[in-house]
Amino acid sequence: MAREGEDPGMAKASKVKRQRKKKPKENKTRTVHANILYDNAKGEENPNRNYANNKIKTTKYTVLSFLPKNLFEQFHRFANVYFVFIALLNFVPVVNAFQPELALAPVVFILSVTAIKDLWEDYRRHRSDQEINHMDCLVYSRAERRYVERYWKEVRVGDFIRLRCNEILPADVLLLSSSDPDRLCHIETATLDGETNLKQRQVVRSFFDLDCDFDPLKYNGIIECEKPNNDLNRFRGYIIHQSGRRDALYKENLLLRGCTIRNTEEAVGIVIYAGHETKAMLNNNGPRYKRSKLERQMNVHVFWCVIILLVMCLFAAVGHGLWMFQYGDKRPVFDVLSPEGTDLSPIMSAIYLFLTMIIVFQVLIPISLFVSIEIVKICQVYFIHQDMDLYDEETDSHLQCRALNITEDLGQMQYIFSDKTGTLTENKMVFRRCTVAGVEYSHDANARRLAMYQEMDSEEEDCTSHSGTLPRRDSVTSHQSARVVLRSQSTKSHRRTGSRAEAKRASILSKHTAFSSPMEKDITPDPQLLDKVNECSSQMDFMRFHSQPMSQLPSDLADIIDFFIALTICNTVVVSSPNQPRQKVRMRFELKSPVKTIEDFIKRFTPSRLTSGSNSSSSSSLITNRSSNRGCSSLLSSPSAESTLTKLDEEQPPRGLEHSFGPVPPCYNGKAWNLEDGELRYEAESPDEAALVYAARAYKCSLVGRLPDQVTVELPHLGKLSFELLHTLGFDSTRKRMSVVVRHPLTDQITVYTKGADSAIMDLIKPPDTGKRQIKIVSRTQNYLNLYAADGLRTLCIAKKILSKEQYACWLQHHLQAETAIQGREELLFDSALRLETNLQLLGATGIEDRLQDGVPETIASLRMAGLQIWVLTGDKQETAVNIAYACKLLDPEEEILTLNADSQEACALLLEESLHYIQAKFLCSSTDQAAKAFHSNFAPFEIYPSSSPSSSSHTTPFTVLRLGLVIDGRTLAYALDKSLEDKFLAVARSCRSVLCCRSTPLQKSMVVKLVRNKLKVMTLAIGDGANDVSMIQVADVGVGISGQEGMQAVMASDFALPRFRYLQKLLLVHGHWCYSRLANMILYFFYKNAMFVALIFWYQFYCGFSGSAMIDQWYLIFFNLMFSAFPQLITGTLDKDVSAETLQQLPQLYVNGQNSEEYKPYMFWMNMIDAFYQSLVCFFIPYFAYADSDVDLFTWGTPITTLALFTILVHLGIETKTWTWMNWLSIAFSTALFFTVALCYNASCPTCYTPSNPYWTMQRLLQDPLFYLLCVITPVAALLPRYTVVNLCLTEYKAMRISVPLKCLRFSLMLNRSSNVSLPLASSWIKLVKMLTAKRCKV
Amino acid sequence: MVKEEQELANRPDNTAFTQQRLPAWQPMLSAGIVIPGFVLIGLAFIGIGVALFVTSRSIQVLEFDYTGVDQNSPCFKCSDPKVLNCVCNLNFSIDSLFKGTVFFYYGLSNYYQNFRKYGVSKDDVQLSGDLTNFKTPSDTCSPYAYDSNNQPIVPCGSIANSMFNDAFKLYQIINGTNTLVPFDGKGIAWWTDYNIKYRNPSITPLKNAFNNTVKPIFWSKPAYELDTSDPANNGFINQNFLVWMRRAALPNFRKLYGRINEGDYAQGLPAGNYSLEIAYNYPVLSFDGRKKVVFSNVSWMGGKNEFLGIAYLVIGSMCVFMSIVMLIVYAKFKFPEEDGVPGH
Repeated sequence: MAREGEDPGMAKASKVKRQRKKKPKENKTRTVHANILYDNAKGEENPNRNYANNKIKTTKYTVLSFLPKNLFEQFHRFANVYFVFIALLNFVPVVNAFQPELALAPVVFILSVTAIKDLWEDYRRHRSDQEINHMDCLVYSRAERRYVERYWKEVRVGDFIRLRCNEILPADVLLLSSSDPDRLCHIETATLDGETNLKQRQVVRSFFDLDCDFDPLKYNGIIECEKPNNDLNRFRGYIIHQSGRRDALYKENLLLRGCTIRNTEEAVGIVIYAGHETKAMLNNNGPRYKRSKLERQMNVHVFWCVIILLVMCLFAAVGHGLWMFQYGDKRPVFDVLSPEGTDLSPIMSAIYLFLTMIIVFQVLIPISLFVSIEIVKICQVYFIHQDMDLYDEETDSHLQCRALNITEDLGQMQYIFSDKTGTLTENKMVFRRCTVAGVEYSHDANARRLAMYQEMDSEEEDCTSHSGTLPRRDSVTSHQSARVVLRSQSTKSHRRTGSRAEAKRASILSKHTAFSSPMEKDITPDPQLLDKVNECSSQMDFMRFHSQPMSQLPSDLADIIDFFIALTICNTVVVSSPNQPRQKVRMRFELKSPVKTIEDFIKRFTPSRLTSGSNSSSSSSLITNRSSNRGCSSLLSSPSAESTLTKLDEEQPPRGLEHSFGPVPPCYNGKAWNLEDGELRYEAESPDEAALVYAARAYKCSLVGRLPDQVTVELPHLGKLSFELLHTLGFDSTRKRMSVVVRHPLTDQITVYTKGADSAIMDLIKPPDTGKRQIKIVSRTQNYLNLYAADGLRTLCIAKKILSKEQYACWLQHHLQAETAIQGREELLFDSALRLETNLQLLGATGIEDRLQDGVPETIASLRMAGLQIWVLTGDKQETAVNIAYACKLLDPEEEILTLNADSQEACALLLEESLHYIQAKFLCSSTDQAAKAFHSNFAPFEIYPSSSPSSSSHTTPFTVLRLGLVIDGRTLAYALDKSLEDKFLAVARSCRSVLCCRSTPLQKSMVVKLVRNKLKVMTLAIGDGANDVSMIQVADVGVGISGQEGMQAVMASDFALPRFRYLQKLLLVHGHWCYSRLANMILYFFYKNAMFVALIFWYQFYCGFSGSAMIDQWYLIFFNLMFSAFPQLITGTLDKDVSAETLQQLPQLYVNGQNSEEYKPYMFWMNMIDAFYQSLVCFFIPYFAYADSDVDLFTWGTPITTLALFTILVHLGIETKTWTWMNWLSIAFSTALFFTVALCYNASCPTCYTPSNPYWTMQRLLQDPLFYLLCVITPVAALLPRYTVVNLCLTEYKAMRISVPLKCLRFSLMLNRSSNVSLPLASSWIKLVKMLTAKRCKV
Repeated sequence: MVKEEQELANRPDNTAFTQQRLPAWQPMLSAGIVIPGFVLIGLAFIGIGVALFVTSRSIQVLEFDYTGVDQNSPCFKCSDPKVLNCVCNLNFSIDSLFKGTVFFYYGLSNYYQNFRKYGVSKDDVQLSGDLTNFKTPSDTCSPYAYDSNNQPIVPCGSIANSMFNDAFKLYQIINGTNTLVPFDGKGIAWWTDYNIKYRNPSITPLKNAFNNTVKPIFWSKPAYELDTSDPANNGFINQNFLVWMRRAALPNFRKLYGRINEGDYAQGLPAGNYSLEIAYNYPVLSFDGRKKVVFSNVSWMGGKNEFLGIAYLVIGSMCVFMSIVMLIVYAKFKFPEEDGVPGH
């Protein structure tokens, strides 16, 4: 580690330091110097010393700090504080109730359980930290003048590191050099955002011209950049060279920690952010903590328990005071003076007793409940994780629970807010049809092909559902014939896979490439259009051959070729070859750096350049670079013979080329390329880009190579054309379009190709004075666009624009300024893009189909039957959204649709008012006809204001079924979300069966969710897959992310991540229901159990002068909850199934249970409390009378009470348990055995210990006493007889209907008429209804 | 295939446990099971109840309150706390043989041996014969750990201090002469108390162990003189002391004083007149307490207590009654419904 410095370095350092001092130290930026300059001065001298090093430590504790810190954290929980308070109270002699040491047991137990859990988690983190910290990387050492291996943790900001292919980046690194001839470095960011496509990163521009061997010693720049932040998609800064020149740095220059280097043999960079300051680490925020609705309800009841406790203590204290008072001055022999020998006044002793009673009754506050709930939730999460039905084989992903403590909320959802694209749909874009220059090409064959896929999918599903767990292979073979048909149909022999199952396997094997299922790749071209393309390109070839200007081409043909060129190049698709996965296809015909400065531009775009070879200087210099590059890279392991071949191929053309922009001679674009043609792989950032590139390829207009400054396209007849890529103006959601600025190789014009949403493009089309043709095209295209939208297709418009050199120069000047600006660069670039994208010429439009995911309509139907309101919030245009909504059965053709489109606040208000009236009128007439409305006759449909109390609002919401759909667009939504209108909007929306918000922004999405959640007081679930759903997911009570194709941002923000939308059905209907009902029952049981146990001691106070004496031994008292009765309830809380999974899915109506909190209502708490008091009365007074007036001693009497209380509690649990597995039996047996074992050991262990009870040999004697057994039989029976009878009267058997588990009639009657009257006829009428429903389903 | 399996690393285990498909028994609460079940349980309980009731009925009990509240009571004269060393005689007669073995109890009412502070006030280590605790009794004993001269009290604590000290002698009056009916005071305490828990210090004579200690304040004689006649019943292992130290659960209790199982009385107390001589020492009137003596024989289930038998009878009949109610309910509401369902 010792590094030796050199004097020149020191000199430089001081110089730099001076420079730095001159500048006022800006807090907003970070300055990074190269570390090698400061090797000698590790401390003061190094300007990077204040930056975090690369050692990561995600652990919370150290060995020393663990105890205090963990305790401190645990005491944030109120319950723990309460418990410690009670334990400490025990150390006060006047009030103590138990042995102080023993009283510490529960609190120590609970704290240590949590501490051990924390410690284990922390240890695991520590282990993984260690592992990561000790990974190797190459860091440049000045002393050794070479790169040496260092641990990751030794890397510091300012270090130069060398990265080789497939290495993982140890820190955020600014790319300074790459072995790649294009000065690129490819990275895979899957660990960061889950996107599997390769991303290109560029070497900083000033290092572009360097030869291959980047020498860190010669580096002399200073980097100024942003402070560390967590925005993965932003990096701004500049590098100041010694010469004073500044070069801007972009996110394209930054390699992020955690990414993997691909396709690049070697790259060198300087560390900018290290360790915890890297973007990856800053983005890493662990699981979220939310509090579930059930827990909120529970906390209310915990509070009630506190009140009950205080009342009981107060009662006892008053009783004790009176008891003391009645003796007056004559003290009985059994009274005891205070230790000082003085007499205590009744009031004082009452006060002391109050505190004592708190200790004695402490169990009433279910402290162990919190621990138990945590344990049960962990188990529930485990089971959800493990569910095969929630596992997606295609992506090998299963459900992830990211929030561990809101599983039961899944059973209580009332509103679902769903994104459309990627959530309801596959986000697998399939090219369907297009219109070019006003002519529609319907692509019927393509449609047929898609239909076939669809058919096969459904067949496939049938097959698998029948064969069950049989391997998929069988089902594949059954589709051989279908594949043959397909093959004969296709014009190209791509890698062809037939059924979806095979596609699945293929996609598993080639997981690396996104968006490339055969369905997306194989497009059957429209014959008419194909002819035209061929004709057009042959004409162009002819013209080029005869050196005729291209403008002579008929305009419709020109449009067609432009259309396809736009499809091919106006994107960010990266081409790679599948033979060597992730190996980029390189194809460079001409080498030139992109335009960087105005001078450069002027130099390069002077007319003289159009004559040949004018840029030979730059070109040739680069060529020499390349050869030297090759020379040094040959030392590295060369990938394979084939890639070397392609490299050699690439090398040749530039030299042979006369015309710098000319096409490749046909002789060259011969076999070598054609062989690979069909196998090029496109890696796109968004699926529609890929779809369009594949579509263009079907017309033989294929993208064969993309470099930062050049795109190569292969056209029929014309061969390979390379477009010089001048600028790419990326897609953003405000502009809703992207553009590329290229120099057209055939016409040599600077051309802008723009692709974007129709609304965005149509407004930018050149004013119609340009000619009749264009007007016609625009109007026709608009017609077709409407048609596409009606078919549910996503539409994109393609347009182009030709810039004159002057125009371009003018624009470029502004653009370059914008690019180099540090402050407000985004805004400036945005403005710059807006300036460019005007006066476009419309080429055509495409219709892309985004297929619905499997099972979406079914899922929506069943979720709706479950009483869930489903809202779809999408950014798509209204027509598309409506059509998708029909397709997924969100909207029903039979139902009326209210469409709200307003241009102003007033109009919106008016519209809402009208719809309200309409709905009211409609409701009035529909309520008069009886039919099914009998059930919800007491449903008040209209309250303009949602009722303030949550109970009454939940009372009405689930049954707002008017057959109405509401469609609202983004603009109107903005008005409707205004404070003045939101109530009306809600009133309208909640009475509609389905709501569809189109064109909504991410912010609007979250506002809608927030509004519904806060105003209607309902439980909301938001589900989405993209970054635009993140805010909505975060706002909702439960956020669900689809771990689909659009990255991981939604998943990162979510509480649950699903592979597919349809899994939501089982997650909510089955797991949600179970989790909720299990936890609700367990919580109720806990309250009951504690109250019942404590009440035993309370009754005893009447017989011991309210002295706080307990007949239950303090050991039993303290360990009863912790040990003896703990396990069975955990097992039941984890495994019990009130209704089987099949039934829950068949009868989604059962979900209403959770929505209305049927399992956990306030009255249930009180009923349980009353039952607890009744049971404790029985358990107390049966032994009381059985032993009345006998010579029984205190603990010989108390121990049977403990025993039979335990039996009662266990049998009570047995009654509440609906399904008995061997684990239930085992846990109950274990509990009983544990109690007796502990009791026997404890009672035999020490004759003189355990004051005051000193229960030596008590249990042993009891076991010889027949009375003990007689008591243990009768008391539980007597205590549980009422409950068992009620349960019996309410339970009904459903065996015939495959509802294998009985349901409570109580719930049914509640579901039906929301009155708490338990009446059997009602229950049976419900049973009838359920039977009818099931019978119907069975027939289907 | 191998590759595929590797690729599917995330696939959950398909076991009955992880998929929550463990074979489970679901209690079918159908009328056909529940109603007969209830009837059976009810009948069984009624059977047990009858047996218990009959057993309890066969137990003979004789109780006499001798507190002396009533002026006619023989012990009225002793109820004044100022009278010391008062002896009173309680005369009674038995009509028929009181079957043996007869247990003789003394009983106290409204006496809170279960009072919390009272219960704590003892030193188990001292009582197990540890001499260090003779010199320094445990804190739990205070304020009965040291007397006013700061001498340690042995046995210390409130329980020992308040030991019941009435003494009883039973005479059968045969032809005017009193024949002593012997009480067997051995084996009335728990075997473990007598043999394990409580021990005298292993110093002979026992008196020496108590040097530099004082007797409890309320006691008339020190612990080593509790039964001078029998060293095995003296000191801390005096059976009456052991019985007293085992605190009663409820404020009305009785404690065993002796058994009548010797000589002529081994078969029980024959019919005749008896006289119980009571050395009345223990004051209870100050706290409105009552004292009584009880003669009782015992069955396999202990002393006379009819409650448990009645409880079994009641619960048993309730079960039967419930089954009838349920039968009516099911007949009325459930059976017609089931007609509609085929295959049920």
